[in-house]
Amino acid sequence: MSGPNVRSQRFNSDVRTLLILLAVLLVAFAIALPGEFLTLANFQSMSFQLPELGILAIAMAIAMLTGGINLSIIATANACGIVIATVLTRAVPSGASVAATIGPLILSIAAGLSVAAAIGAANGFIITYLGVSPILATLGTMTMVEGISILATRGRVISGFPTALLAIGNETVFGVPAPLIIFAIAAWAISVLLERTPFGLSVYMIGSNQVATEFSGVNVRRVIMRLYVLSGVLCGIASVIMISRFNSAKAGYAASYQLITVLACVLGGINPDGGFGRIIGLVLSLVILQMVSSGLNLSGSSAHMTVALWGAIILVISLVRQIGRSRSDGVHPGRRRKSVSRTR
Amino acid sequence: MIIVALGTYLAFSTNEFLTVENLFDVLLSHSFLGIMSAGMLMVLISGGIDISFTAIATVAQYAMALYVMKRGGNLIFAFFLAGAIGLFLGCLNGLLIDYLKVPAIIVTIATLNFYYGILITVTKGRWMYGFPDWFCNTPTLFSISTASGAEYALSLPIVLLIVIYLFTSFLLNRTTLGRKVYAMGGNPEAAARLGVDIRRLKMLVYGYMGLVSGIASVVQAQLVQTVAPNAIVGRELEVVAAVVLGGASLAGGTGSVLGTVLGVSLVAIMQNGLTLLGVSSYWHQVFLGAVIVISVSITAGSQRRADRLRRVQVEVEERA
Repeated sequence: MSGPNVRSQRFNSDVRTLLILLAVLLVAFAIALPGEFLTLANFQSMSFQLPELGILAIAMAIAMLTGGINLSIIATANACGIVIATVLTRAVPSGASVAATIGPLILSIAAGLSVAAAIGAANGFIITYLGVSPILATLGTMTMVEGISILATRGRVISGFPTALLAIGNETVFGVPAPLIIFAIAAWAISVLLERTPFGLSVYMIGSNQVATEFSGVNVRRVIMRLYVLSGVLCGIASVIMISRFNSAKAGYAASYQLITVLACVLGGINPDGGFGRIIGLVLSLVILQMVSSGLNLSGSSAHMTVALWGAIILVISLVRQIGRSRSDGVHPGRRRKSVSRTR
Repeated sequence: MIIVALGTYLAFSTNEFLTVENLFDVLLSHSFLGIMSAGMLMVLISGGIDISFTAIATVAQYAMALYVMKRGGNLIFAFFLAGAIGLFLGCLNGLLIDYLKVPAIIVTIATLNFYYGILITVTKGRWMYGFPDWFCNTPTLFSISTASGAEYALSLPIVLLIVIYLFTSFLLNRTTLGRKVYAMGGNPEAAARLGVDIRRLKMLVYGYMGLVSGIASVVQAQLVQTVAPNAIVGRELEVVAAVVLGGASLAGGTGSVLGTVLGVSLVAIMQNGLTLLGVSSYWHQVFLGAVIVISVSITAGSQRRADRLRRVQVEVEERA
């Protein structure tokens, strides 16, 4: 009775903390910014901004569930964006009709996503077959992929996209921003994959105890390999939204998102040692981060204040969780997790 | 070994590599990276990781620059101030990591954003120029005039780099503190049972990282003579990569100053060599990435082979 029960107990308390935080923030901003925060326009702009970071955070989260990490997400997204932009700007003559751009658009996105998948496969190969720890493997591929992107573009910006691509990041469907729809589908699909399929079960098992999982007949290498490919593809999807919203692609975009996705995952209850955490928690944490960002933005603070506050929120939430944990453990405060090694 | 090969190759293929000017330039331009790598080594040996040291360095640099430009002072005081700020913020990291029981990487990513965000909000991200003269003219020990007339000297950054490497090596190998750091990195539980005060040790380790970051930030400010908010932040993984290339393990418990020196030299010599060979700077990062991937793969491979060998030996002994 210990396994799933402990997991769901800890998860519920994590979600409760997040929901309380969400409610507090909502009320605080509603009072502090009357007539500004609780408006349709604000919520619409929030849901335009959230998906980029959101999908990247999911890409990070699935790596963290196995106790790994994927430092190459931003590099992958930018490389994918550059491929899409290059193919698209070459294949579509300027002034072409919308109908004529659909074909090249699909082609370019397919090309971009396959590059992203290939980078993910490279990560997976280095981690599983060469036995390099995920943090080092992805640090290496990050440096290399970013280098290749800079080399290929000479550090320049590629811009001038057809309207069909711009629509993906900027249009609304019945008032709902298109990026939000993509994010919702991605989050739902990954959540089902993790919680309703044997593949997902193996992911959680590997995160809890890789050796035991191996001996119970799961092909650990194949699962991890697929997981990093999936992580790469998610970065690719994020990049489609990203280049569409920026109307350009470049090697160094969104570099500051890299480490923030890790924070979003931890805030959402994804255990960095692996094995615990659900996508729904991550979604909640993303909404919280976005609310802080939009709220501070409306009140005229700098974007850096937001980042500082995000850091502070993680520390405070960790503190709250730590106090909760030492209380529920009774005489052994924090003992349970002390011996778990972070890297493998 | 790779470095010797690379060095020899460069010495033969370009006639500029093995000149005093070039070697001094390489040393000088990487002194800042090198100083920080000494702190990073300590942290990695202890089984942790620190991502926030670039933010700490930036905070220390700003505070030091503000004070020096307004009130004056002298060089020793500048180093003291930046070092003290670094030490304090680093100790705070150590305390948080120990108390929150959250992996060091998470805590330091959070503090990176926190320290840096607050700093930029307060200072509005201004660039700062106009250091006093005594700050720009670094004292030198001895200088060599080259044929071309330029003067190259054993300047303060290089001296500091050497001193900090020697001091770190002394700490790690000749003091009980150093042995405790290795013990904690190898097996924290065992170290705690042996009576090592883990919290104090963590504060010391991350404090040391902060201290050298503070010192490095002054060196960097002296080299470029400006303070820019985005000059240091973003390079944290570069330092980690250099130290890991030098054989330190992210799992903790292993690593040496000599290895770190070699790791940093590899990065420095490679960049310098590519430039001298006339390779476009766009290629640098591709090469660096390739070197990291290949080197960590080789290390992981030999690690596994060693494990297998040990297992075989145990089996043989059991049978005997």
